[in-house]
This record gives sequence, structure tokens and C-alpha cells, in this order.
Amino acid sequence: MIQMTAEAAEATRTEPVVQMSGVSVSFPGVKALQSVGLTLRAGEVHALMGENGAGKSTLIKALTGVYSIDEGTIIVGGEPRTFHSPAESQAAGISTVYQEVNLCTNLTVAENMLLGREPRSFGRIDTRAMNRRAGETLTRLGLDIDPKSQLGTHPIAIQQLVAIARAVDIDAELLILDEPTSSLDADEVAKLFEVMRTLRAEGVAIVFVSHFLEQVFAISDRMTVLRNGQFVGEYLTAETTQLQLVQAMIGRELETLDKIEQAAEEHTVKTQGAPLLEVLDLGRKGSVESVDLQVFEGEVIGIAGLLGSGRTELARLLFGADTPDRGDMRMRSKGTKLRTPRQAIDHKIAFSSENRRSEGVIADLSIADNMVLAMQASRGWLRPIPARTKDRLVKKYIEALDIRPTDPNALMRNLSGGNQQKVLLARWLITEPELLILDEPTRGIDIGAKAQIQQLVADLAKDGMSVVFISAELEEVLRLSDRLVVMRDRRKIDERANEDVTVSDVLEIIAGEVRNDA
Amino acid sequence: MSAQAPTIKDLGSSLPDAIRRFTPPPRFYPVLATIALFIGMFGAGSIRYEGFSSPQTILSVLVDNSFLIVLAVGMTFVILTGGIDLSVGSVVALSTMIAASTLRSGWSAPLVIVTVLLTGSVLGLLMGLVIHYFEIQPFIVTLAGMFLARGLCYVISLESIPIKNGTFTSFASGTIEIGDYFITPSVVVALVVLVIAAVVLHMTRFGRTVYAVGGSEQSALLMGLAVAGTKVGVYVISGFCSALAGLLFSIYTLSGYNLGAVGMELDAIAAVVIGGTLLTGGSGLVLGSAVGVLVLGLIQSFISFDGTLSSWWTKITIGVLLLAFVLIQRLFTRRTT
Ligand SMILES: Nc1ncnc2c1ncn2[C@@H]1O[C@H](COP(=O)(O)OP(=O)(O)OP(=O)(O)O)[C@@H](O)[C@H]1O
Ligand SMILES: [Mg+2]
Repeated sequence: MIQMTAEAAEATRTEPVVQMSGVSVSFPGVKALQSVGLTLRAGEVHALMGENGAGKSTLIKALTGVYSIDEGTIIVGGEPRTFHSPAESQAAGISTVYQEVNLCTNLTVAENMLLGREPRSFGRIDTRAMNRRAGETLTRLGLDIDPKSQLGTHPIAIQQLVAIARAVDIDAELLILDEPTSSLDADEVAKLFEVMRTLRAEGVAIVFVSHFLEQVFAISDRMTVLRNGQFVGEYLTAETTQLQLVQAMIGRELETLDKIEQAAEEHTVKTQGAPLLEVLDLGRKGSVESVDLQVFEGEVIGIAGLLGSGRTELARLLFGADTPDRGDMRMRSKGTKLRTPRQAIDHKIAFSSENRRSEGVIADLSIADNMVLAMQASRGWLRPIPARTKDRLVKKYIEALDIRPTDPNALMRNLSGGNQQKVLLARWLITEPELLILDEPTRGIDIGAKAQIQQLVADLAKDGMSVVFISAELEEVLRLSDRLVVMRDRRKIDERANEDVTVSDVLEIIAGEVRNDA
Repeated sequence: MSAQAPTIKDLGSSLPDAIRRFTPPPRFYPVLATIALFIGMFGAGSIRYEGFSSPQTILSVLVDNSFLIVLAVGMTFVILTGGIDLSVGSVVALSTMIAASTLRSGWSAPLVIVTVLLTGSVLGLLMGLVIHYFEIQPFIVTLAGMFLARGLCYVISLESIPIKNGTFTSFASGTIEIGDYFITPSVVVALVVLVIAAVVLHMTRFGRTVYAVGGSEQSALLMGLAVAGTKVGVYVISGFCSALAGLLFSIYTLSGYNLGAVGMELDAIAAVVIGGTLLTGGSGLVLGSAVGVLVLGLIQSFISFDGTLSSWWTKITIGVLLLAFVLIQRLFTRRTT
């Protein structure tokens, strides 16, 4: 560790790999970046920090040639450069994982990893060599994924890992990772960090964006903070506290952190009367084995489990997004088989999916239209929502979730990743469901907004709404839920009231099961 | 003894088991469905009509549709990227007109062939450039291309022009014997085009980029792939294939006719879809498109063998088939995503 820091200090003295200064980027009506600087050094992990919409992704895209800059200079390897396309920056040794998984789901894992760089013999793509090489890189990352499988058959977290594997496989001088860990579990994050450390030791410069402060402090050497498209400062991680960082990011005093603490409320036992939803022996082949579950009114059920434990699959079954092939579901003691999302919506169940890119966001519609979509669908298309009601609701949720820009007519495609996520959440909250299923609702959301969303969920539950809450972030699950369901290997292995349960307790439950099996 | 028993059993069951256990990758399913359909139709025809069961029936379908195979191959490239090319029928007609008129003015056959192929490719290039750089819907741009090419036919001549050039006529009357059966040189050209296309699509970076663009253009761009070149490239290929199909068509009909090949773009699209290529792009095989053409051709054979059916039945059957295949694709994609 000491050696590492010394190396990093050594690298500081040498010439930066990339130096951006005075960079401004504007979109019609928005100044996304105003005179921002970023200096990246070899053998250093540089965290790019800021709230949702601060301009992190824009700065990255300005560097890699996705966006063109209005003013400023970009110096790469000592020479001023302007890239006109991602292909050019890639050729110059910059390898990037963009915020949303940007791969082709119709191709195989190996093809996605090596597209554009396929090994060839006699001018023809050597598929065998390609699969072998992809397999090697995946193994190096500690991933057990079949390189020949189609990418689209894997869950979003695996796709994110494949995107990382693709970037790592390129022999780059600069590796940019824009929120690579947003849907990963602790295990995968640890593996990723291992790889990042190795690359850093080899002298690669790395840019890392994340809203998880612990991760940033664990891996980065230096941080640049942005706020509202402006440069706030550059800090050495070792000399900065979490508090200082948060203040730099939000530009205000402590209140946000206080809010997070407040959200950690007492959990009351609410299991009286008849359950709102009762599930018996629910399952689907290859997805979830027989699960029993009761959800009471006003209760928050947290589902914990590692990646691939079946937590998302269970949510999809509850909503009818996948059709169960066994078991019974009762909503308010009426036997219901949910075969389609439509039926679930009729039973006042709402589901915010983890896969916002392909299942949620309608990029070419406005914030307002995206928000009222589910509500309109549940009313039927022949009964339009009165304009007044629509305006009122949209305004309410833009405020409640602090969505930026605040203009309801802004196009969804122009929102930052975190703000898109907030709009999707609002889409389901607006329908005022009796049961709200949230799959990774705070993915990619900054800590301030995360606290707000957690608060909102807690308030809604107090008003009588039942919530099923799924998140890779165990702390968050524990903070919010009244009862905890632990999943492993596509089975429910534990259920208990959330009284003084800690993260390590949950990990032990999951690990304990492993030991029993062995 | 007991130790040997399983070995013997294994031997006895291994082969059929291996066959039973062999599952092709899902991307082959639609093509396999098309092939099964083709075999089924051929079987039904053989039972129903005398003489249908002869291999020559299939070879004749090839002979009569070689130009359509070439056309469908070019169309497959475009559709794989998520685009569409409505101009191909008109470009076929234009190619026959250019060939016929230049041959009449005494140009040599090789020069004519090069001119026609160049014209088609350049038309494709122009459409591709407009589609990519001005971000205009391929539907609109190629629709304009369709009118343009058809209009140019009339500029060249208002009447049909016969082709009397020796090279062309001998190519037209040439046959290649395979045992008791025969095909024409055009069939060989079509099959060569098919093989080259398959190799390009599956074994070159260009080909893989075609699929990537069809899967997600945005992702392909961010992955640093040559999206612009690929998108323009598929229209050049489609233009080239249309011109080549036009040459084959002019040999088939031995004339240039400005009203020829009307609606042929729709036949090509139908063949591609029946062959299992998704209209939204990213999934499909050229082999499927070729089988799709054979299916369309076989329907025609049914009609001619029957003799009592009106040729409108061709259109009706194609319509029903197209619908059935799109429905199958729908079910198929719903299950895999
Ligand atoms: N194509 C675009 N057109 C218009 N505005 C845009 C566009 N892309 C981004 N913006 C705006 O620029 C600002 C910065 O967005 P950016 O995506 O860089 O934020 P970010 O820091 O990455 O946030 P997050 O943490 O949510 O990912 C936002 O206000 C966003 O709405
Ligand atoms: Mg971002």
C-alpha cells in the first residue's frame, strides 16, 4: 500500500496523460460545462465526483469525442487533440465504459468484448481465438460467463461486467469507468477494484465515477469535484474526509447527511390482519423456486441477496412480467393469477424495473409524458388525464424528487442518468399503487437524492402503501425495510423482522447457507 | 461383465442421443423454420402433382429466381442494420435499360457490365450518404431513389429495347448440366454472391459491425466502431446487388423494359422476412433470405403445376406466409428477451 502511494507520487511528477482545461460544453438551452479542468496522471485512479446532472458524463464524453467542445483545450500525451468520434479517442489509447451499458444485446458476449478488434487470420475473423481470448479476460476478472452466450440473455449487472471486461481488454493508457459499479454487488466490486489496482500498478490512468462514497475512498488517489457544470476543486483522497467531499459536491452544509440518518427510522411490526398480498409456492422454472411470501399493508419488505440470487426474478413474477408456472397469488384474499403486467396494474401493483434503459425510458418523450405513462395506461387510453391534474402531479414529483432540469417539457434523452432514474420512479409513484415493487430504485442516484427517495418510500409506507424493496446495497435495504427476505440460489432462504439486523448478519445468512451446502 | 454392460449400451445409444441432444444456436431457429417450410411444401407438392417431386422442380425455381436471390442478399445487408431499401426494383429496371440501350449503341459487353454495376453502386452510395449524414429515414430516401431510378428509365427510352448482343444471348441460352438436370450460369452467379455475402457477414469486421449497428447504433458508435462507413456501405452493397440482379434479369428477359420489375423490391423484402431476418435489424442470415426466395418460387411452381389456380393465388399465399412468419418471429423474440 505504501509502495503504491509512493508510485502515485512518482507519477505526479511526470507529464499528465490527459489535461483538459477551460472546457465548456453547451446543449440548446443548457450550459452543461463551464470552463472545467481535469488532469489525469499515469498510475492514478482519479474519481470524478458531483451530484446528478453535475456534468460528469458530459465531461467524459467531451474528452472521448462524443460531444464537441465549445471552448477549452484537451492535451493528450503532451499534444493538443480534438477527437471527433469515440473511435478516434479509442485509437489514441482511451478506453471507455459509458454510464449506461452500451453494448449490443443481439451479439454474443465474446463479440461484444472484441467488436472492432477481433483476432483475424488471413483477413477472416477467427471465432475460436475470439472466444478463447474473451474467456481469458473474463477469467482474469473472475467471471464465470460463457463467452458464446448471447449478451441479451444476461441480467443487467452481467452486461455491465462485460462492458468493463471489454474496456479492460483494450490495452489503454487511460481507462474511463462512468458508474461501473451501479448494479454490482460487493463481490464484483471487489474483483473490479483488484483489476483496477493491477492496471494502476502497470501505469494506466483511470477515471472512476461513482455515487458510493466508500468505493471512491477505497480506490481513488485523487478527486475532481464538479457542481452545476462548474469546477469546484481537485483533492487528494488521502487528505480529504467524506464530509468535506460531500460539502464540495452539494455546496451546502451537512443537512443532507443528517437526512440520511433521519431516514433510518424505527421499524414497526405491521403483520396484523389479513395480508395485502399472499403468495404461496410461487415459482417459475429456471427463474425462482417455490417462494412463500406475505406482504401486509404499510409494510416495507426488503429483499436481500447477491447478484443472480433470484431477487429480480421474484419481483418480475410478482408483477406478472414473467408468467409463474406454479403457485398461487392472492391480492386482498382474492385468488389472482397475474399473467400480464396489465392485470397487475389493475390490482394496483406497480413495478419499477432495474433495466431502465430498455424497459423504462422513452427517450424522445418529455419528462411529463414519461411520468404519466403508467397512470395513463391504468386509466385506459380513452380517458385522458385532465391537463390540470397532470400538471399538478408532474410538478409535485419533480419537486419531491428534485429532478433537474425542472422543466416538465425537457426531453428525457437530455437528462443525466440519475435524473432519468428519478423520473421512472415518479412514473410509478404517480399511480398511487397499493403495492409498489422497486428493483434497484436508487441505482446511479447521488447521495442527497438517495436520502430523499428513501424518505419518500418511508413516508409512503406510513400512509399505508406496501413496498417490496430490492437493492444491491444492503445498507439501504436494512435502513428501509420492516421485514427482510434473504434470497440465494433462486430460493428464499430466510425471512425475519428487521430488528437490529446488520449487514454482516445478512452476509452471514447468505454465507451460512453456502457452508451448509458444502 | 457388469462393467462392460454400460459401454455396450452407450455405444448403442450414443449416436441417436447425440443427434437428439444437439441443439442449434437460437439464431438459426428462424432459418430452420423456413427450411422446414420449404421441405414441407415440396413434400406436399410431390404428393399432389405428378412430376413435382423431380429435383428439376427446385432447380427451375433457382433458374427463374436467380436475380431475386441476388436482390434479397443485398436487401438482407440493409435490413440487418435496421434500414430498408425500396429502390431496388427500380434500379433493376434501370439496369436493364442501361444495358439494353448501351448494347444497342454498340458498347462491348464487359464495358456495359462495368457501367451498370457502377451506376447501381453509386446510386446506393448517394442514398447511403443522405441517410447517414442528414439523418433522414431510409424509407423516405430510398422511396425517392425508387422514383428517381424509374424516371431515369423513361429518360433512356419510352419503349422496351431488345438485347441482341452475342455475349448476352449466349449467356442466356447457356445451361449447365448436372446429371439429368440443368441450371443456368445465372444460378451460379447467384450462389457465388450468396457465399461471398455469408463470408463477409460472418467473418469480417464489416459484417460484424452490420449486426452491431442493427442491434444498437448508439452502442456501436460508443464502442468506437465504424458506424458511418458501415451504414453507407450496406446501401452501396444493395445498389451493387440491384445492378447485378438487373443484369441477370436482362439476360433472363433479353430486353430492357422500363416497366419491368415493378414491385420487385417488395418480393425481395418478403423473401428476407420469410427467411427469418428481423425488420428491426440485428438478427438474420443471408442463407435464410435465399431460402425465402425459394419458398416464394415454389409457390409459383404450385400454381403452374396445378394449372387451374389463378396466379393471384401466389400473392395471397405470399401474404398469408408473410403474416405467419412475422407472427412466428414475434413469439420467438418475445421468448428470448
Ligand atoms: N444531449 C443533451 N442535451 C441537452 N442537455 C443535456 C444533454 N446531455 C446532458 N445534458 C444536461 O447536462 C447536464 C449534465 O449531465 P450529465 O449527464 O453530464 O450529468 P452527470 O454528472 O453524469 O449526472 P449523473 O450522476 O446523474 O449521471 C444535465 O443537466 C443534463 O440534463
Ligand atoms: Mg452521468
